[in-house]
Amino acid sequence: MTDATVQVPAPGKLEFNNDYTPAEAVRVIRNSKGLPVGVRPKMVWTWKKALLWAVIAIVCACGWTLLAVSRGERISAIWFLVVALSSYAIAYRFYAYYIQIKIMRTDDANATPAERVHDGANFERTDRRVLFGQHFAGISGAGPLVGPILAAQMGYLPSTLWIILGVIFAGAVQDMLVLWISAKRRGRSLGQMATDEMGKFGGMILSIFLVVMTAIAMAFLALVAIKAMAASPWAVFSIGMTIPIALAMGCYQRFLRPGRVIETTLLGFVLLVLDIVAGGWIASVPAVAAVFTLDAKELVIALVIYSFAAAALPHWLLVTPRDYLSTLMKIGTLVLLVVGIIIANPSVKVPGLTELASQSTGPTFSGSLFPFLFITIACGALSGFHGAVSSGLTPKAVEKENQIRMIGYGSMLVESFTAVIALIAAITISQGVYFSTNMSAAQITAVSGVSVTATSTPAEQAEAAVKAVSSMKVSDIEGNQMQVTWDSVDENGAAKTYEGAEALEKAASDIGEKTIVSRTGGATTFAMGMANFLKSYLGGHDSMAFWYHFAIMFEALFILTTVDNGTRVARYQIGEMLGNVRKLKKFADPTWKPGNIITTLIATALWGGLLWMGVSDANGGINAMVPIFGISNQLLAAACFVIVTVCVAKLGYKKYLWIPVVPLAWDIAVTFTADFQKIFGPLSYFATASKYQAQIASGELSGEALANAQAALSNAYLDGVLSVFFLVMMSIFVVVGIVTVVRTFASGKFGPETTSEEPFVESQWFAPSSLMATSLEKKVQREYSVKLHELTQNERAAA
Amino acid sequence: MRTSGMETIIGRLQAAWRGIVWYAREISGEARYDHYLEHFAVEHPGETPMSESEYIRAREEYDRLHPNTSCCC
Repeated sequence: MTDATVQVPAPGKLEFNNDYTPAEAVRVIRNSKGLPVGVRPKMVWTWKKALLWAVIAIVCACGWTLLAVSRGERISAIWFLVVALSSYAIAYRFYAYYIQIKIMRTDDANATPAERVHDGANFERTDRRVLFGQHFAGISGAGPLVGPILAAQMGYLPSTLWIILGVIFAGAVQDMLVLWISAKRRGRSLGQMATDEMGKFGGMILSIFLVVMTAIAMAFLALVAIKAMAASPWAVFSIGMTIPIALAMGCYQRFLRPGRVIETTLLGFVLLVLDIVAGGWIASVPAVAAVFTLDAKELVIALVIYSFAAAALPHWLLVTPRDYLSTLMKIGTLVLLVVGIIIANPSVKVPGLTELASQSTGPTFSGSLFPFLFITIACGALSGFHGAVSSGLTPKAVEKENQIRMIGYGSMLVESFTAVIALIAAITISQGVYFSTNMSAAQITAVSGVSVTATSTPAEQAEAAVKAVSSMKVSDIEGNQMQVTWDSVDENGAAKTYEGAEALEKAASDIGEKTIVSRTGGATTFAMGMANFLKSYLGGHDSMAFWYHFAIMFEALFILTTVDNGTRVARYQIGEMLGNVRKLKKFADPTWKPGNIITTLIATALWGGLLWMGVSDANGGINAMVPIFGISNQLLAAACFVIVTVCVAKLGYKKYLWIPVVPLAWDIAVTFTADFQKIFGPLSYFATASKYQAQIASGELSGEALANAQAALSNAYLDGVLSVFFLVMMSIFVVVGIVTVVRTFASGKFGPETTSEEPFVESQWFAPSSLMATSLEKKVQREYSVKLHELTQNERAAA
Repeated sequence: MRTSGMETIIGRLQAAWRGIVWYAREISGEARYDHYLEHFAVEHPGETPMSESEYIRAREEYDRLHPNTSCCC
């Protein structure tokens, strides 16, 4: 069905009384049948609107000024929400619109892939508001919740600047433009588009890169989850129980109420809440708690077994129901958190810049602010992986070209907003608690001089952590040496601020854990912040432990989804790649069972191996894995910008080439600098490797210490080799891109026909462009319904 | 006057509720079968469409062979 066919419109009043104003009438786009199929984008100014935008701009400027200049006084975290939302509004209204007009030149007369192909499966027109939600659920993951937490060691200002400016000029631009080029090419994937526009070689590089990057992202996020679950019977029980819950939901939907998704999801959610409550009971009974107390390595094994089970079992039984739960949690929790921040109104405890901002030895990530802060906050500001999502289902389902701005740019703004919330969680708890939680046992030992390990008692760990915090030269927002404090209530329920080791122990007991010391990876910090916001209006202080585990569940659900979805996607990518080799052609057939098992094994071995090395690392693994994850993700973003730049150059929009080139140049500067520093010099993985090599060679290590050093050694080597691999691959990709652009300019031939864009096909469909239909769009909708009704009547009469 | 004011409020609440139900059904995929029926009636008039369970099975099979990429991060 290549030709766009006429569809019956939604029933409504067939009333249209040609009430367009002259200015409106010229903007209506009509196709050859006289159907109004779109509205030309235009900024219409009334004085009311101008006033509104002036107010937003002033609020935005005031907010930024407050965040930038405040010294020594406490500021409310609500300011972060204000600054973020007003900046997003301005960027969406003006910059994204500018890109739409100058580069995308979206045309509603042209049919989108959904209308062209319309195969009843993935190519299905989806209402813009629904597609917005689906696209957001597709791009959002645990990444934006982790990066800002780790980056908070340097103070809030650099993180806030990068999250907000990064998304406006880079992240959202990438998502929107990739969605645009894919929608112009029948929703082709990133790899296919690279092949079409830059040749087979470019496409191959991108495919290999995607597989490796997927494995690293999965290993990193799984490590974050495992750090929060290790030695926590409450978390292990409640997250483990999501598997039977999903099975129950799957069977309910399959056998009792087929197709009743909402009902099933609500049922699952109720079970999930009961499950979290039950976890508290489990943790309080020592005999049962011991069963669910697993260490990190046992959890890795459990996770690998789980991912195999998820791949082997039918989808409807485990994966689909869990996807329902995680989608509900993604959207629901975000709303709960925003309300929580506004009600709790927490004050910021971290200064704009801490002493660590000018050093390269901070505990949560090593390296100087440039480039490593930008690497660490990956997904909230710029995430290359979104390019894969934006060239997946969304371009196949979008109704009209003019909706691309709202869906692509808008969804990424929400994703960035989650990163801002994670940042708020990290900067509103006391810095002492933050560092106690986010320093590994080895780091605490090194700073405090008191030897602690994972087997030390909670009291010993707390003492050592407090000592470490007091010997680090980091100031709080008032300019004093940072302290370990925890706002809680005493036995009688009166508000009390605990200090020192007592604070750490009180915090642990408030959230229902044995200890909060050395819970690296950011998940614990985020969950503590989230529990603080939510207890303010849902359940009070006693509910804190529930909300903490709710938050851990929220992150873990993301991550479990990542693990089985990632394994599945990686498996298909590997199958496709192997299928390119002549003798292994059979692997390209997704129904071939032995091939499935082999590719699943390869995919699991890739991420499982990385994860195993991560948990074996004495330094906690997070520290080594953050840069490799961030670098690979942002290098992929560079690849997306290269493809976009090539497309824009081929269209001949030289004047506007800076729009993708500026973020591309910045991204390359960041990632290549970081990658170089990870290959050469004191911060490099190879320097770390030789340090461990020397320790092992000296023969002073024995037992567990020796095993840890060996694990760290192989970890460092692997990460080092991966860094070299990434650098070489991406350098070649960028060079191929530059060559393509230069060739295009040299040939002097520009235009859509020089690209792989699909030729124009007339649209027969109308839908509004923005979240809320404008009054003009409502009029057009009415005219469309009436005209379409007339047309079908005439056709019937003629037949 | 007063009753008509109440009526508009109730009407608005009802409309809002319908909007929420519509959105939840669309985004969860529950409404997908309804859309299938609509399209089928237009494109294959006179033929019998799949039953809901058949449709869901076919859809599952299709999704199994066409995995979509959602973000890992």
